[in-house]
Amino acid sequence: MSELAVELRDVVKTFQTPEGTPVNAVDRVNLQIQNGEFFSMLGSSGCGKTTSLRMIAGFEWPTSGEVFIAGQPQGHKPPFQRPVNTVFQNYALFQHMTVFDNVAFGLQMAKRPGDEIIRRVGEALEMVKLGSMEKRYPRQLSGGQQQRVALARALVNRPQVLLLDEPLGALDQKLRKEMQVELKLLQKEVGITFIFVTHDQEEALSMSDRIAVMSLGKVLQIGSPVEIYERPNCRFVADFIGETNFLEGQVRAVDGEKVIVFVPALEAEIAGVGYQSFHNGQQVSLSVRPEKIHLAEQPPDGQKSFPVRVTQVSYIGSDTRVLVQAGKTTLKVAEQNKISTLDPDAYFQNGEQAFASLTPENTLVLPVDEVP
Amino acid sequence: MLQQLRENKSLQGALLILPTMVFMVGLLIIPLALTLVASFGQRSPDGGVIFTFSLDNYIRLLGFQPGCLQPSCFDSLYLQILWRSLTLAFQTTVLVILLAYPLSYFIARAPRKRRTTFLFLVLVPLWTNFVIRVYAWMMILRTQGVLNGFLGWLAGLLGIPFAPLEMLYTPGAVLVGMVYEFLPFMILPIYTSLEKIDPSLYEAAADLGANSFRTFLRVTLPLSLPGMVAGTILVFIPVMGMFVVSDLLGGRQVILVGNLIQRQFLDARDPTFGSAASLILMVMTLLVTYFYTRKFGFGEEIVAA
Repeated sequence: MSELAVELRDVVKTFQTPEGTPVNAVDRVNLQIQNGEFFSMLGSSGCGKTTSLRMIAGFEWPTSGEVFIAGQPQGHKPPFQRPVNTVFQNYALFQHMTVFDNVAFGLQMAKRPGDEIIRRVGEALEMVKLGSMEKRYPRQLSGGQQQRVALARALVNRPQVLLLDEPLGALDQKLRKEMQVELKLLQKEVGITFIFVTHDQEEALSMSDRIAVMSLGKVLQIGSPVEIYERPNCRFVADFIGETNFLEGQVRAVDGEKVIVFVPALEAEIAGVGYQSFHNGQQVSLSVRPEKIHLAEQPPDGQKSFPVRVTQVSYIGSDTRVLVQAGKTTLKVAEQNKISTLDPDAYFQNGEQAFASLTPENTLVLPVDEVP
Repeated sequence: MLQQLRENKSLQGALLILPTMVFMVGLLIIPLALTLVASFGQRSPDGGVIFTFSLDNYIRLLGFQPGCLQPSCFDSLYLQILWRSLTLAFQTTVLVILLAYPLSYFIARAPRKRRTTFLFLVLVPLWTNFVIRVYAWMMILRTQGVLNGFLGWLAGLLGIPFAPLEMLYTPGAVLVGMVYEFLPFMILPIYTSLEKIDPSLYEAAADLGANSFRTFLRVTLPLSLPGMVAGTILVFIPVMGMFVVSDLLGGRQVILVGNLIQRQFLDARDPTFGSAASLILMVMTLLVTYFYTRKFGFGEEIVAA
């Protein structure tokens, strides 16, 4: 058996817009998804993540390129001949069938013997904690329960790959968090490759082994959640995943990964790290995460800092979000509330003067994107 | 007075249904009661009703003579008419389903913009008066009619001898007319139920290993059953009582309960026997509908839509 569960090779999907102009919903996408991996495709709506998933499932066929499942090219195979199953965004449960019949559907189509169907459906429902709901109809279940039925209905067939199309989108916040944990555990338990499509970065970060960040039909970066957050390879990814501050500037000096950038807005030279190749005079963006800016009332010793004025403070429990005016630009800073106190002086106040310092290893130098 | 009306919800309700109540009582309940009373009466020599209590009309309907319940007096004429009406209504319903289903399916799967056009086309025939459309079928089916003309032309072209077919005034002609008249009443509810099926269900079925045929059997067909049930009720009941189609396309050959009732009231001038036949028709229809809806429901999902 091949090491790769799913591979997309130069896959293009062209759709006709209502105006008649063709548009590439998926544009030369290459993906290699390992066996047993929890892989997420992350992007805003229209980025091509769902179309990519549908091509793996067989609901769409690539305009060019090829989809491989377990090393086998899929060509124009219909969905019912592919060793994958899908959990749909709206669950797509059969409303006229009981929970049991919904889950049994795939096994019946595969013409499994009756006693095996009863046993496996029972196991699958047990696995998603719906053992007692066999005789109910989908409309008699809550959203979360319907979600579990959809999951059981797909997993009972023991697919090589499970495709999940924003399966948690319709659930409320609390249930969503619970299901995220459960899905992750379930995936480890069954050991099946999960390909998970979502527009929710937090969901992708918390569940995935690897994430592909997509925009406008292209894959921008593939990496582990830590890589994606700490080492984004372009402005779009840095901006899309979490929050960040961008400082525009010009490269003054390059020494290996150390890059010195002159930032006009601060009228200062800032040191950062760049993992791509840069040259003197190049226009670049510096990306600094809010929690990685150090804010102090006195200028810290032995560290370069610049004076700022606090313009807005919002206390959100775990953190205090502070907006500061620095030179001609505004920076977002997140201060972790490590000490429990009611003393207002322990927190920054509006209009207060402070000093912000950036550390070079937390300041990422990124090329200015060619495409916005 | 107005103040009272504002505060009294049940008075408001009563006022709202009053017009309908007047209509229903005046034009349905009272006539029905009169029919019931008349069916137990006797025909007067001038074609009126003598109100008595006699079962004569029902005895005649069952095929016997008043005062003679021996097998020698038995004549199955009226029972045949009842049976013919029942089977014709059944055949019509089945044929209409068979014709309407694929068409409804096609419309429901068409692009949204086209669907309106197709539905509009389905309804276009209803703009022409119903009787006129039946006359059109007479033109088509009669011996010197359009269809025979076309077949004759075709036979002449191929050099085959051709004798015009006798199509009008046959049970087949009545069936064709009924199917034609009632097709839209089946298409619309089936379409509604098909259109409501979430397309992702087809994808889910395919994803779980069902090919198109099994998807149809396990998903599409059961989910469109309410539409078929609603359509069946809309077709079966009126066909049971229909007399214009059988009168014009069936002539004296195909007499249905509807024709029997019409002739008793108009030609034979026996309103008491006509009333009894009407009630038997009503009871038959109610019985069939009752057992049918007990099994399948009313297709209320469609009615509610």
